[in-house]
Amino acid sequence: MQDINIVPVHISNADLVQKIIYELSKIFPGKVKKIGIDISVRESYSPDRRQYFSTRVLAEAVKHTSSIKGKVLILVSFDLYVPVFTFVFGEAQLNGKHSIVSLCRLHEEFYTGKTNTELLFSRTIKEILHELGHNFGLLHCSNWDCVMHSSAIIEEVDIKGDNYCPDCMKIIRANNENELSFS
Amino acid sequence: MKPKANLLVVDDELIVRQSLKHWFEEDGYQVETADNGEIALKHFEKGKYDVLLVDMKMPGMSGLELLSKVKEFDCSVIVILITAFASVPSAIKALKDGAYDYITKPVDPDELSHIIENALNQKNLKTENEALKDSIDEIIKPDNLIGESGEMKKIFSLINTVSQTDTTVMIRGESGTGKELVAKAIHINSRRKYFPIITVNCGALAESLLESELFGHEKGAFTGAHYKRKGKFEMANGGTIFLDEIGSVSAKMQVELLRVIETKQFTRVGGNELIKSDFRVIAATNEPLEDLVKQGKFREDLYYRLDVFTILIPPLRERIEDIPLLAYYFLKKFTTAMNKKKDTISTEAMDFLVKYNWPGNVRELENAIERAVVVSKTNIIDVQDLPFQVSSNNHFDKDDKSIAAMEKRHISLVLNELNWNISRAADTLKIDRVTLYNKINKYGLQRKP
Repeated sequence: MQDINIVPVHISNADLVQKIIYELSKIFPGKVKKIGIDISVRESYSPDRRQYFSTRVLAEAVKHTSSIKGKVLILVSFDLYVPVFTFVFGEAQLNGKHSIVSLCRLHEEFYTGKTNTELLFSRTIKEILHELGHNFGLLHCSNWDCVMHSSAIIEEVDIKGDNYCPDCMKIIRANNENELSFS
Repeated sequence: MKPKANLLVVDDELIVRQSLKHWFEEDGYQVETADNGEIALKHFEKGKYDVLLVDMKMPGMSGLELLSKVKEFDCSVIVILITAFASVPSAIKALKDGAYDYITKPVDPDELSHIIENALNQKNLKTENEALKDSIDEIIKPDNLIGESGEMKKIFSLINTVSQTDTTVMIRGESGTGKELVAKAIHINSRRKYFPIITVNCGALAESLLESELFGHEKGAFTGAHYKRKGKFEMANGGTIFLDEIGSVSAKMQVELLRVIETKQFTRVGGNELIKSDFRVIAATNEPLEDLVKQGKFREDLYYRLDVFTILIPPLRERIEDIPLLAYYFLKKFTTAMNKKKDTISTEAMDFLVKYNWPGNVRELENAIERAVVVSKTNIIDVQDLPFQVSSNNHFDKDDKSIAAMEKRHISLVLNELNWNISRAADTLKIDRVTLYNKINKYGLQRKP
């Protein structure tokens, strides 16, 4: 049974983190918990792009969390990029331990200027499940009802489902040594 | 799981290679990377890649150079060039050299995903289209148009020549010689082959019907015209219209035909709209059009408009060396269709076929073999399996009029009709049995199993 460790970086919204932990606990049978680790992201900042280099943040997090058992999800407030792309919602090690999700472009304010906490929560859960799915060995799924469907724009995040489809669930089970019981 | 496609990412920056590899692997692609053009070419020669994502500016071989080299190797590969320094001339050059697209770093992830998906869809459609065209080519091969005689070789050569042009063709020949097959052969060898060939049997339709058949009609144009209907000339747009039995067209229709063939424009019956159609005309007749022109029954101007390139198909009796070839072709065709096993045609039956004068030409031969396949009870097509009119003396080779040849054929006919009952055959022939045996030996007649 693998634990899910959430590492908030520059996140001030404690309620959101609690809600995420509660929601993930319903899905994953392992322990879902918040871990406070000081990860330096200064080196990952690009003044030209005014964004943080996702892969570098992840590499920095790996340095501090290698001894932690289970999956480690870095949740950040700032905008992420990889050099070839304009931005990324998140990044994950395929079949690995670490993943990262940015809240920046999941906020409705980013697009319309209007706050929508429910939508933020829904989008965040989807992106976290998506990146954790990659950690569990899943590739993108062609089923729009599946949270593993590729979503390169926010509309696609909103359209896709909020849980794994049965096929992806099977792969997670097969790739996970510990027997998991999913809701 | 089978990868969606194989991608090769070529970029001198490690982080770009890693990012793209990671991104596309999550999407189910098989991704290889190369940090320069030379290594990319080595990868490319070894493996099969559907898409290459290539950085424009790299040390050594540039992205554009790599593009031209891989296109020489495999023109179907999709190359997408990526640059951090976009410029209109380099974009134009890339696209002219065969790049599928040209994108600027940093690229919107959604845009890149869509570009790759669209490129692969286009490639798949192209491959599918080529496969379909190949299967269409196989399906539309002209049936029955076979022959190795000098006459047929000349016709094949003429078909080949005229197919490459849009010239109007007049096909002449007796009924059953295969005029429609020649028309189809011209069509399918032409650039118009993926468009329809529309056949109009001008002799089979009344003048009023022919007009609406050829030009179409508007709703309510005449009693019974409940719907608007396209005519044959409109349906032949892009393709070929084959006007069979052109000699039987009425004087009024000849005027209409001349006009539409010259202008490629017409109006539907009951309509005002001028319709344009791009078609090629092939006409056919078994009538002596020159005589009809002299008699004033066929317009001279239409005659010259149609008789631009003439192909004369000789009757079957003038190319007897093709008869065995055709006979075996039809034998195979009908045995396959009827799921019957008939291995061969007996020497005697083939002799009959070769010596018959075939007034109905290839069509008659086809019918004769079809009937023979139906009635034959053995694995060999024999004389008695051929239709009566074929085995009748009335139609035999006019060249050999000797008494001996006539006698041989007649004795063979009687023997076959009486199932080689020698006594009854001798009675019928009014000769004694010994004489009949002598004649059987003399002419080398044999009963077929």
